[in-house]
Amino acid sequence: MTDHLIEVKNLKQYFNAGKASEVKAIDDISFSIKRGETFGLVGESGCGKSTTGRTMIRLYDATAGQVLYDGVDVHAPKSQKETHALNRKMQMIFQDPYASLNPRMKVMDIIAEGLDIHGLVKSKKERRERVIELLQTVGLNREHAERYPHEFSGGQRQRIGIARALAVDPEFIIADEPISALDVSIQAQVVNLLKELQEEKGLTYLFIAHDLSMVKYISDRIGVMYFGKLVEMAPADELYRNPMHAYTKSLLSAIPLPDPIYERSRVRHPYNPKDHQYGPDEKVEFREIAPEHFVLCSEKEFVAMQAARV
Amino acid sequence: MRNEFEHEELPQEDFERITIDSDQAERIEKPSLSFWQDAWLRLRKNKAAIVSMVVLVLLIIMALIGPYLNGHAGDTQNLRHANLPPKVPGIENMGIMDGVGNLAGKKVDLYEMKKVDEYYWFGTDGLGRDLFTRLWEGTQISLFIAFVAAAIDMVVGVAYGGISGYFGGRTDDIMQRVVEILIGIPTLIVVILMIMIMDPGITAIIIAISITGWIGMSRIVRAQTLKYKSQEFVLASRTLGSKDGKIITKHLLPNMLGIIIINTMFTIPNAIFFEAFLSFIGIGLQPPAASLGTLINDGFKVMEHQPYVLLFPALVISILMIAFNLIGDGLRDALDPKMKD
Amino acid sequence: MTKILQVKDLELSFHTFGGEVKAIRGVNFDLNKGETLAIVGESGSGKSVTTKSIMRLLPAHSAEYKNGEILFEGKDLTKVSEKAMQKIRGKDISMIFQDPMTSLNPTMTIGKQIMEPILKHQNMNKSQAREQAINLLNLVGIPNAESRYKMYPHQFSGGQRQRIVIAIALACNPKILIADEPTTALDVTIQAQILELMKEIQKKIDTSIIFITHDLGVVANVADRVAVMYGGKIVEIGTVDEIFYNPQHPYTWGLLSSMPSMDLADQKLYAIPGTPPDLLNPPAGDAFALRSEYAMKIDMERQPPFFRVSDTHYAATWLLHPQAPQVEPPAVIIERMKTFPGSRYYVDQTGGNV
Repeated sequence: MTDHLIEVKNLKQYFNAGKASEVKAIDDISFSIKRGETFGLVGESGCGKSTTGRTMIRLYDATAGQVLYDGVDVHAPKSQKETHALNRKMQMIFQDPYASLNPRMKVMDIIAEGLDIHGLVKSKKERRERVIELLQTVGLNREHAERYPHEFSGGQRQRIGIARALAVDPEFIIADEPISALDVSIQAQVVNLLKELQEEKGLTYLFIAHDLSMVKYISDRIGVMYFGKLVEMAPADELYRNPMHAYTKSLLSAIPLPDPIYERSRVRHPYNPKDHQYGPDEKVEFREIAPEHFVLCSEKEFVAMQAARV
Repeated sequence: MRNEFEHEELPQEDFERITIDSDQAERIEKPSLSFWQDAWLRLRKNKAAIVSMVVLVLLIIMALIGPYLNGHAGDTQNLRHANLPPKVPGIENMGIMDGVGNLAGKKVDLYEMKKVDEYYWFGTDGLGRDLFTRLWEGTQISLFIAFVAAAIDMVVGVAYGGISGYFGGRTDDIMQRVVEILIGIPTLIVVILMIMIMDPGITAIIIAISITGWIGMSRIVRAQTLKYKSQEFVLASRTLGSKDGKIITKHLLPNMLGIIIINTMFTIPNAIFFEAFLSFIGIGLQPPAASLGTLINDGFKVMEHQPYVLLFPALVISILMIAFNLIGDGLRDALDPKMKD
Repeated sequence: MTKILQVKDLELSFHTFGGEVKAIRGVNFDLNKGETLAIVGESGSGKSVTTKSIMRLLPAHSAEYKNGEILFEGKDLTKVSEKAMQKIRGKDISMIFQDPMTSLNPTMTIGKQIMEPILKHQNMNKSQAREQAINLLNLVGIPNAESRYKMYPHQFSGGQRQRIVIAIALACNPKILIADEPTTALDVTIQAQILELMKEIQKKIDTSIIFITHDLGVVANVADRVAVMYGGKIVEIGTVDEIFYNPQHPYTWGLLSSMPSMDLADQKLYAIPGTPPDLLNPPAGDAFALRSEYAMKIDMERQPPFFRVSDTHYAATWLLHPQAPQVEPPAVIIERMKTFPGSRYYVDQTGGNV
């Protein structure tokens, strides 16, 4: 398992731990991401998918568990040099193109922020050239460098956010709902850009979203989260063809597709957590139901699912 | 119903396919404007604010040069010249400011009666001091007190609120309890106690005004810091590896500057008013120093017989208050991010 | 079919700091009784402004009706008095907004909020209104309506709040219900429930719905007819099947092909290049031409009129002019057209071109 760039092991993130208002935002999840792959994380609002991304990049401290990046524990105390090195390797793209760029800074300075922090350019001229190069990478051009964020459309801003992340030459990018605030026609621009960049630079992505059709399109493997727990994880095609967990089934059956004929016959499967009827001594854990396909289930369900699959 | 669906013949070359340069689609038509340029354009359209700014600049200039304009010193007492009404060369022939005042119910030219050849533009007080000079000296001191107090409020308030909001947690808890205690004590009592301990004077008044004045600013700054520190552009900066100092100076402060300026603009007139109030009730500046408050106090005592003593400082303080408030309003409209896009 | 609402040549501008923004530049459509008309378009296309102009909810100091009329029951809504408009709003035409968090008053019980329009527009006393409100809550699927009637909005989940908003909108059996992105803020599973609810209610009370959204999946689910808006104009209008299986405008092509389909993977997504036009200085010709790979000379100079595709289907693109060259739509669109009888790519079940 050496080709795993990221390993998340039994990660827990409780807010207000120990108090009455304790929230188990992430409740013991484990997964790993291979080098060069895109791992999609889906779920509904409040399921903990964004918190997972933010905890992985140390915006939050984990309550328990580990995030290993190339074998290095991200949350362990480190020297400043090690922290800096890690900052360069892991980057993040944010959801809201309106809130993710400082409105008082020029695009030039926004993109160059990482270059300045890590001392990646030696002169003003080099800084300028590097920023223009990055702008061109994301499909913008030199005249955009001297402008302020409010002059750009949502899609353009999102591309500026991508350029900012790319400035430090990261290996791993956490994309936290990068397209959910964009119009349909613009979403494709951003998704295509992310795919191109991945091919060019061999990037590894964690793609967080609630839009399952886009996640399916961009991801190699997908994890489905429900109330802080990972309920199912499988290669993208497998997950769509053979959803096993009742929640995944319900999620998939709820997506409307741009196809009126299909829509007229679509049947929705509602999900009710009580339907599992787990007994008090039943062990509910992540089990491999098919190669690479994991489901959170009890022993009894596991047997039933395997029977249903064959 | 909709249109004619019989279509006119058009020149065939109109239907030639063309390729659009994809750069064209990314072009931004609007000229590039920074937030401050944009705000200035907005502010410029606000006539009341612009007029107020001009008036304010004139008043500040007068406060600086006014005391030296007519050759009288503000503290020269000349009992022979006491209680003279205003007299201005040129205007005196129009029936106002001609040196005519009430004496035992009769209108008399007091300058002629007292054989005074000099002109006292705004008249003199009971000790024969030139009120014109004293007015501008007073304005100078009032403005000085207000600016210094507002600056202290701003610095302390921004630092306190910023630290409290940015570091949060226990720091925030403790700092906010302190503020709550300070707020609980009636300001006026603190101020009176302060002044009784210290020698009355400019320093005492500035300290008195500042001692609780910064709380409002600190609360605003704390709320803004809380709002901005969880914004995605700050998170992005943190993932890039920025240190706290950089985040505060590059990301938080520039975004809060607008609201800090607006708030300061409303602090200044409050400070002027508070200083005037303290001086008016007699615990502010002590004679012979003049401020707008002491001048109004003096004028108030002789309001019935020599209304001009009260009139001019009252006018100046009113104009100052109105001007600062209108500028503050204008700035709020110009800088308020909610008006944007 | 009876037309319940007619919008004719509507033009509307906003006067802003930067100049005149021509938000709606000549919009025409009819709404039939009992149907759902979906208006699709990206942000800034004018879809929300169009419906707000029907409701006259735009700020009077900056919005100006430049031209055209909105006919509802013989009255032109652009001209009626504010007082008359207040009688129409909430009674004949009501609206559901995107954000269920902000469209309810947090300090009022939901019961009171539902009763408000009933008491205002219908001759009912308090107890009748109360009964009606509880009926409405049952209708929109809030369990234990009797007891939850006295609760405040924060005691409900997002999906339930949107149900309550719908109940308020339905309080006076409106003839037209305008839903402005009613499910955008909701999760997919909740969205599915709300869409089902709206369809069910429409059948029960026979109201007409104008449904604004940018999500083509939702359109395919709810709409009878679809109007596609771009740059302040309707560029294509037709029945839902016509728009999804026989689209004619390059913008509609672009929209449909930029959605990934569930079964086709590893194929590059089609992305419409560039950004929507700036309506401060709208382009002289076809607003979409700058982003279209099918642009022709005339697109730069003249705005295309509506060309008739069928009795129910019209599209504003010069490509439909008899003199225009035949162009090949994107592959995904041809796939769609193959299933539509009447399109030039239709493939019969038995195979072979028709």
